[in-house]
Amino acid sequence: MSGWSVPLADLAAADATICGRRRALLMCGGALLGAAFIPTVQIAAAEQAGLAVKPVFAAGSLGEVLRLLDARPTPSDDISLNVPDFVENGAVVPVEIESRLPGPQEIYIISEANPFPLVARFSVPAGTETFVSTRIKVASSCNIHALVHVDGQFFSAVKATSVTVGGCGA
Amino acid sequence: MPDTIRIRAQLKDGATDIHVLMPHPMETGFRKDEAGNFVAAHYITDVEIVVAGRAVLNATLSRAVSEDPLLFFRIKGGRPDDPIRVSWVDSWGERRVDESRIMSSA
Repeated sequence: MSGWSVPLADLAAADATICGRRRALLMCGGALLGAAFIPTVQIAAAEQAGLAVKPVFAAGSLGEVLRLLDARPTPSDDISLNVPDFVENGAVVPVEIESRLPGPQEIYIISEANPFPLVARFSVPAGTETFVSTRIKVASSCNIHALVHVDGQFFSAVKATSVTVGGCGA
Repeated sequence: MPDTIRIRAQLKDGATDIHVLMPHPMETGFRKDEAGNFVAAHYITDVEIVVAGRAVLNATLSRAVSEDPLLFFRIKGGRPDDPIRVSWVDSWGERRVDESRIMSSA
């Protein structure tokens, strides 16, 4: 379990950030209490291991996500983004991303209409194929973006999806 | 405590397909219950998948990943019987770790 010390510290600190920004989200008490027991060494490790990424999940627009990531993505044909054109239930929208860009990379899924557009981030090391498939919630018909961070540069692909019933209430 | 993580790792043609299903409510905090009160946000934030001691995928999830998150990805190589361990931690600090092994499709 020792490998999990980092994400916990990461989580607690990220929740503290969210609380500061979004007082409506009543989820901070327990996390802050937990933070008191985390040694500073682990928090330092968490900062190196991706704490910087967490506030991006609290971003309220696509523009803010890109700004916080310091990303000015280049559209790339080397990224395949597979999302259905039409979806009845926005609570379960299949998303598949495949990148043919070489090297270890990070893959981000962004749903433009969501209250918090950044949906997920995957860190893909060498030895793992740059392909990931999952299911997400989409608030209403909008563009879905795949953002790939490789070798200090961002590349993107975008696809519109039409949603009959939004996934926010799910 | 949420149910066991379901893991299927199948070696085929020199690559291993990995399917992971993590039972979890993934509450956004925007949903109301029958009494009209918001249901507290509760969702998986971090997932780590390790095969034979090597991290093969790290995921950071948000509340916008569907209930019972499903991940499907592929690693190069892999050997039959290699152990695969999936662990997650959620926004309440709850954790779950489950293990399986790579199966050969032959």
